[in-house]
Amino acid sequence: MKDTKIVTEALSLYYGEKMALNSVSVEIPENQVTAFIGPSGCGKSTFLRTLNRMNDLIPNVKTSGKVLIDGLDIYDKKVDVVNLRKKIGMVFQKSNPFAKSIFENVAYGPKINGINNKKDLEEIVVTSLQRAAIWNEVKDRLNHSALGLSGGQQQRLCIARTLAVNPEIILMDEPASALDPISTAKIEELIFELKKNFTIVIVTHNMQQAARVSDLTAFFYLGELIEFGKTKKIFTTPDKKQTEDYITGRFG
Amino acid sequence: MSRRRKITGGVLVGASAFSAIAIIAIIVVILVVVIIGSKDKITWEFLTAFPENGMTEGGIFPAIYGTALMVIIMSVAAVPFGTITAIYLTEYASEKSVIAQTIRFAVRTLATVPAIIFGLFGLGFFIKFIGGEMDSIFLGGELRWAQPNILWASLTMSLLTLPVVIISVEEAIRTVPRELREASLALGATKWQTIKKIVIPGSISGIMTGMILAVSRGAGEVAPILFTGAAYYLATLPTSLSDQFMNLGYHIYIMSTQSADVDGTMSIQYATTLVLLMLTFLLNFIAVIIRARIRRRVKA
Repeated sequence: MKDTKIVTEALSLYYGEKMALNSVSVEIPENQVTAFIGPSGCGKSTFLRTLNRMNDLIPNVKTSGKVLIDGLDIYDKKVDVVNLRKKIGMVFQKSNPFAKSIFENVAYGPKINGINNKKDLEEIVVTSLQRAAIWNEVKDRLNHSALGLSGGQQQRLCIARTLAVNPEIILMDEPASALDPISTAKIEELIFELKKNFTIVIVTHNMQQAARVSDLTAFFYLGELIEFGKTKKIFTTPDKKQTEDYITGRFG
Repeated sequence: MSRRRKITGGVLVGASAFSAIAIIAIIVVILVVVIIGSKDKITWEFLTAFPENGMTEGGIFPAIYGTALMVIIMSVAAVPFGTITAIYLTEYASEKSVIAQTIRFAVRTLATVPAIIFGLFGLGFFIKFIGGEMDSIFLGGELRWAQPNILWASLTMSLLTLPVVIISVEEAIRTVPRELREASLALGATKWQTIKKIVIPGSISGIMTGMILAVSRGAGEVAPILFTGAAYYLATLPTSLSDQFMNLGYHIYIMSTQSADVDGTMSIQYATTLVLLMLTFLLNFIAVIIRARIRRRVKA
């Protein structure tokens, strides 16, 4: 068994009066892909966004319980959210490249971290694009606008942009839900490559995708963690009836 | 019943068509009257020469120069101030906070204050209070800043145009997608880095639109500068912030009410009016184009 990277203890979250997460406790291992599945609105994206404190941006959100990363509670008052987010990259559902060149998109994070040396930046940009498996497609047009890329390329560019900050964890919020099957396959291959060096947490409502890419799967329903375990087990012999109903397509 | 409805409908169509045509007609009449009245007066010389012979001959260059200089100083004051206010309102203040609501209310109210009130405020605040204090502190009471000049006039005008800037910058900042801010923050950028590198560059065209609208408004207003810096006639161009200046709108006003020969200088008045009209039309036109481009970007 790998080391545990992320632990949540009785994590609950409210949007105003509305409960979105109900006492979720889970242990996510290092250098594995952990998938969160469940029907829309079940809280899986909300859960993902608690891990890098993205929900802080939304007014009236109340969180209780603990999120420990490498044993440290990230909701502790002493934690610097900016540094935390450098350690935890995030790839969003809708690809969101900046209206800048391909190069500048990837260089954005390193520049913010104070890397200004042109040679260093170039090296980071090239390796990040290579690791995100998009280098061959963009190497001749690094100075072109990122907005000219296709949807699938934009999403891989966003992954490259995340890798450039050299995070330890990568959160992916339905990263392929807006992509065609070929682009989706490329992203999935990439996830498989990346788990050697990163802890990956992915949210998806595509069950086949979860089955293909993840080592562990968690099933969420109405803000509660119903079942969590090895992906193979969840998809073949789940313990809970609700999980079985969901993966066999009886609801959701 | 149905006949009555038909008549009501017909009357409404007629009334709205009439109103629409009337508006176009007004613009056309103004333009035609002004163009005919200016009688080929608009020449290169008219635009580049000083008034002569008690302002009954010659050109309007000092008025164009003074207007341009005033709107530049005004923009330098209003655009950064308005932009910073808009950033505070959209990025820092929470929607329901008392401070933000008070500022919004103040901005809306400021937009409805009559221009002449701004003029009086400028006279009392900038000239008497600030200028007076400056003179007594720095110049031992010698009169220099406690009198009308281009600085006070420009600052007064910037207060008048501030709401325009704040509102258009706010609008532009709101069109910067939340996803981009989140992407930046998720990479470990601070809020200020995100504003500086993503939000402001993303709303630069809105800031430009705000500036152009402010400039076109400021170029046309006369009341705020009546007591704060506009001069009847000056033989030289302003060279210091404490100099007075000539202004196109004010020039039209005095030429048509107080000049030595009101009837004899009709064509100069018309030509000056035409220059001012063209200037404000042009600026508004540019603002409209930039706006259309932002809208297209938002939809895309």
